[in-house]
Amino acid sequence: MKTFHDKSIAVDITNKVKVTGAEAIMLSLISEGVEIIFGYPGGAIMPAYDALMNYTDKLKHILTRHEQGAIHAAQGYARVTGKVGVCMATSGPGATNLITGIADAQIDSTPIVCITGQVAAGLLGTDAFQETDVIGISMPVTKWNYLITKPQEIPEIFAQAFYIAHTGRPGPVLIDITKNAQFGKLDFEYRKCTKLRSYVPEPRISLDNLKAAAALINQANKPFILAGQGIILGGAEEEFRTFVEKSGIPVAWTILGACALPREHQLNAGMLGMHGNYSTNIKTNECDLLIGVGMRFDDRVTGDVNKYAKQAKIIHLEIDKAEINKVLPADVAVHGDVKDTLPLLTKLIEKRNHDEWLQEFKKADKIEYEKVIMHDLYPEKPGLTMGEVIRLINEKTMGDAIAVTDVGQHQMVASRYFNFKHKRSFVTSGGLGTMGFGLPAAHGAKIGAPDKQVILFVGDGGFQMTIQELGTINQTQAAVKIVLMNNKYLGMVRQWQQLFFDKRYSETYLLNPDFIKVAEGFGIKGRKVLERPQLDSAVQEMLDFNGPYLLEVSIEKEDNVFPMVPTGASVSDIILEPKSK
Amino acid sequence: MENELKTNVIGNGKQTFTISAFSENHIGLLNRITIIFTRRLVNIESLTVSGSAIPGIHKFTIVVNDYREKVEKVVGQIEKLVEVLKAFYHTEDEVIHQEIALYKVPTKPMLEGNKVEDTIRNHHARIIEVRPEYTVIELTGHKEETQALFDELNKYGLLQFTRSGRIAVTRSSKELFSSYLKEAGEKTVEYEQH
Repeated sequence: MKTFHDKSIAVDITNKVKVTGAEAIMLSLISEGVEIIFGYPGGAIMPAYDALMNYTDKLKHILTRHEQGAIHAAQGYARVTGKVGVCMATSGPGATNLITGIADAQIDSTPIVCITGQVAAGLLGTDAFQETDVIGISMPVTKWNYLITKPQEIPEIFAQAFYIAHTGRPGPVLIDITKNAQFGKLDFEYRKCTKLRSYVPEPRISLDNLKAAAALINQANKPFILAGQGIILGGAEEEFRTFVEKSGIPVAWTILGACALPREHQLNAGMLGMHGNYSTNIKTNECDLLIGVGMRFDDRVTGDVNKYAKQAKIIHLEIDKAEINKVLPADVAVHGDVKDTLPLLTKLIEKRNHDEWLQEFKKADKIEYEKVIMHDLYPEKPGLTMGEVIRLINEKTMGDAIAVTDVGQHQMVASRYFNFKHKRSFVTSGGLGTMGFGLPAAHGAKIGAPDKQVILFVGDGGFQMTIQELGTINQTQAAVKIVLMNNKYLGMVRQWQQLFFDKRYSETYLLNPDFIKVAEGFGIKGRKVLERPQLDSAVQEMLDFNGPYLLEVSIEKEDNVFPMVPTGASVSDIILEPKSK
Repeated sequence: MENELKTNVIGNGKQTFTISAFSENHIGLLNRITIIFTRRLVNIESLTVSGSAIPGIHKFTIVVNDYREKVEKVVGQIEKLVEVLKAFYHTEDEVIHQEIALYKVPTKPMLEGNKVEDTIRNHHARIIEVRPEYTVIELTGHKEETQALFDELNKYGLLQFTRSGRIAVTRSSKELFSSYLKEAGEKTVEYEQH
């Protein structure tokens, strides 16, 4: 019989072998093609960590400095690779520290498998040391979760977990494993899960609805496409592009739908939503047909839903049935993976040009350029702007980089101006808006895409929420390029205070540390730029540096993000500048 | 409450709906289902969980008073749960439903005249058990029926009373769920074959 020290079992697992539960975890991960685990050890997960040592040739573990760092890194990894991100933590506080990231992955549909240790089955419910009801806590924020108490359950539950995490609308799955299940033995045999009868990830596509959708598209004079992350999650970028080019319809995208179509594509009209583009917001209320593709009409996209696209017919292409008619009733809903539905729809539509309609977008774009974009990208005032930093990086990376952002003003500016050419090259926390997401997610992204330039845009607030991950980055030497936009304020909150709270700046000023010294302490090279003349060479130095690098840019505190749809306002009431000065 | 159930339409356009969900018999699923209601501030009027006609499949019957659109969305979220096979919602005229009630009354007043006996007969209730100290009566019916008997028997000093949640079948001749299950198959999980 093979023993657990025999490395060959990792290769040949079709025959049953006697192993411990802890080894079964590792063998299951290997069987699912996992290469990277982000994690943090502790009491209840120690048997698994011990087993990990026998499989380091197949499984690389990255020791983060906090469990939140592990899950956000797994998210960043999953977002750029399209693979399932894996993280591992111990029971109690280890597991609860994952929750923010799990909630983030749930709302942003990121495929993640979290493995948490749990106290021995006999101690469950006794308030044992580091015992928490992680199944109960994570239930509202996971796609699925399961408590394993017997070693025999491990292969089947892992197979189900991976199947659920990456099929249909992806999402996070948590497996809680008691310590006794890790120590116990089982006859290991791994077979991937192919079907759960209670779960239908690929619905049957209605051809009637596709025909009805095509009829609406063929009749429309002012159609408008809203692209969501469903296109990216389905790997349907090509199918989408073909559909868009045949239909001749302008496309706007949600923040997570960035990269569904290259930024420079002639039919790419820009971003939707609260800080999206001017044309995309006002044209929403002027189009005669709105085609939502793999998106969910989030309130940051729609503004006041009662004043949203009332004049238009709505077509909704969506994989998650519960999203159809959830926010906006659809005239025609096509339930299915857009990877499958888009090509079918493309066949049914006529080739069109909507030149006049496109000209209207161009007119609005010109207004936005003169009022906002020009001043953001080529400021005349001495204070540095976030926009000009991003413009400079665009010029130097030629759109080949991956951008990761944290949450706040810099995130909106990055999504507005970062030039993405390739798929999966923009990673941000959209639905949950998790400050502290950026640094660990950028690390995970770099691990997932080592050959790409990975650039993190982060504010001084969010940076300090997970700044300990500089330690992790120093340990892996992953060449994350950190662009810290420091305006010494919680800028987005400050902007709202300025505009909607009578300039009462309640608790938004930050007395910051010397970030360059902090980075240096973590072994990471850094440089601070205070004035425009130094910016170009500093950006170049950062990009050329062979290793992680922190570029801190001192940003003018009054550099606010416009345009803006104030909360609760209609998308057509988008403002280009503060109303009163 | 009684009037609400009778008329089916409640103030503000709210209505009584019977939600039924068919699921795998897994630990924690009740919690998964109820948090969907909690998150949307939908109060559960009654809840019954038991094995269904199909071995291994559990049925949840949940009664709520709310707006149709809200109930539609709640049902959508229930059906989205990985371990739920199918969920439906029905208005009052689409289901035949019953609740069961047990009444424990002192035996003494029953021996003094025919009034209690008449009440039991008029309500088509059954006597389950008689003891010198108490008698247990059972009635199956709609909530207003079990409530009417409650009001009568309470005059004699009810010792205990309990009412179950609703169980229901649909009026349509076709069982929606069994036709669905035929397609879904008998195996809960399927794995790759080597």
